[in-house]
Amino acid sequence: MTLLQLHDVHAYYGNIHALKGITIDVDQGEIVTLIGSNGAGKTTTLRTISGLMHPRSGAILLNGARIDATQPHDVTRLGIVQSPEGRRVFSRMTVLENLEMGAFVHGKADPNDLNRVFDLFPRLKERESQKAGTLSGGEQQMLAMGRALMGKPQILLLDEPSMGLSPILVEGIFSIIQEINAQGTTVLLVEQNALMALTVANRGYVLQTGEIVLSDTAENLRKDESVRKAYLGE
Amino acid sequence: MLLVLLAIGLIYGAYDRPELFAQYIIIGVANGALIALIALGYTLVYGIVELINFAHGEVFMMGAYFALTVVATTGVTTEKGWLILAAAAILALLGSMVFSSAINWGIDRVAYRRLRHAPRLAPLICAIGFSFILQQMAVYWKGGNPLSPPALIPSEYRAYNILQEWFGLETRIRIRPLDLAVVLITIPLLILLQWFIQRTRTGKAMRATAQDRDAAALMGIDVNRAISIAFIVGGALAGAAGMIAVYYINSARPGMGFRYGLYAFTAAVVGGIGNLNGAVIGGFIIGIAWSLSDGFLKTYPGGHFSWWGAQWTPALIFGLLVVTMVFRPSGILGETTAEKV
Repeated sequence: MTLLQLHDVHAYYGNIHALKGITIDVDQGEIVTLIGSNGAGKTTTLRTISGLMHPRSGAILLNGARIDATQPHDVTRLGIVQSPEGRRVFSRMTVLENLEMGAFVHGKADPNDLNRVFDLFPRLKERESQKAGTLSGGEQQMLAMGRALMGKPQILLLDEPSMGLSPILVEGIFSIIQEINAQGTTVLLVEQNALMALTVANRGYVLQTGEIVLSDTAENLRKDESVRKAYLGE
Repeated sequence: MLLVLLAIGLIYGAYDRPELFAQYIIIGVANGALIALIALGYTLVYGIVELINFAHGEVFMMGAYFALTVVATTGVTTEKGWLILAAAAILALLGSMVFSSAINWGIDRVAYRRLRHAPRLAPLICAIGFSFILQQMAVYWKGGNPLSPPALIPSEYRAYNILQEWFGLETRIRIRPLDLAVVLITIPLLILLQWFIQRTRTGKAMRATAQDRDAAALMGIDVNRAISIAFIVGGALAGAAGMIAVYYINSARPGMGFRYGLYAFTAAVVGGIGNLNGAVIGGFIIGIAWSLSDGFLKTYPGGHFSWWGAQWTPALIFGLLVVTMVFRPSGILGETTAEKV
């Protein structure tokens, strides 16, 4: 069943045509990844889905209902929650307060969700009452993902979760993404680390200067000549 | 250099004339409480939208005018009992809080919100425009002359000294019921504000919005609503300050928001703009500096400062602003946040 659909989405920054007709489907239960180089439009795609910017033309549908004119806080309410690029944790709030903000749409933080996040990221439990600004980069990434999970997403949008992390931490983050997916959350993953992304994802789209140039199963993309050349460094 | 001299003079003066010094400190604290209430409005709004709301002083002034109107409308006079007078005061306080917050909210709704993505200068100039609009509205409403509020405190209590009458102290230091009332109204408001911002869900949403607007929106926080609430809360505090001021200085005029507004803005910057505790600390610093400068400095022994008087107060206060900007641009409690990438 198709959960999220983007149909021929065009988006602009002022006069710059950033998304030139993006069409993407994400089915219930999948991990789908968007890969591509810097400036290809990956983050713009996620910002457009979340309602932080609105497409000039085209449609975005969640469970068949249009959401392309919806305000960002209402998109979150509908179950699309994003963990943004650069983590964007609330640095002057404690870890626990950050997680509570993640649960904002549900009123109070659900203790079950809190336990689930602490099970996935035990480090956050240890640093519960510490200000988020004092965490290391890896811990901030865990917090950003944990915060997004507190919103009980139907579909979780992850923007560059591996950015700036050491190889060991990257492995950890990706195995947690798989675990989150196994617990029933659909994931749309944006990554520059194409190899890792294509390892955990079911399907992938390759984005180039605002257009989708390739889409296939992750396995086929991993074997694709042009993908190997351009994104896997071979 | 001058400030160091002033500080030495003050310390020596405090040693030399302790009772007079204490008296001016008491006046300064009451003044400071008032400035702190206004400064909080600047800092709340700046913290969330990074706009110096230059119309804020006029929002305060409108609160003062509304308080005066409410008391006049009830028609109470000082012959009435304490309970009725207190009820009229509370009514005027709540009324001016609602009135000022409505004005502040309205300005944001009709003007600033449309300029949210415009260059920073646009809303700033717009704020200055609103400051003039509100002043002229006050002139149109009540005329340009200073007005005295209808009395709420019987005349025999005006010079009543709490220290003497209640505690039997033989001292020349005087605390009037009015001084006490200012502090008794301000402190609960400050505590209420802290609780609201630190503990409630809405307050936390406002803090999140102030720190990162997009991230807050992604958490499902209605960012425009959070900003509106900052304007409403700031306006309510300014309205309360207006009601207090009209009785503390016993007059109201359309230009009163200009001086108080600039002093409060200075307090917010000195304390660290965007920081609530900073605004309160800055408010008390400015209030005390104001009162010492107006009356105490000229009594500095040896007559070195006999030429000093109230006419120098603005120079002293804006001097403090300049010194802060030069040596500690983020203010006393302001933090230079290091963002991790």
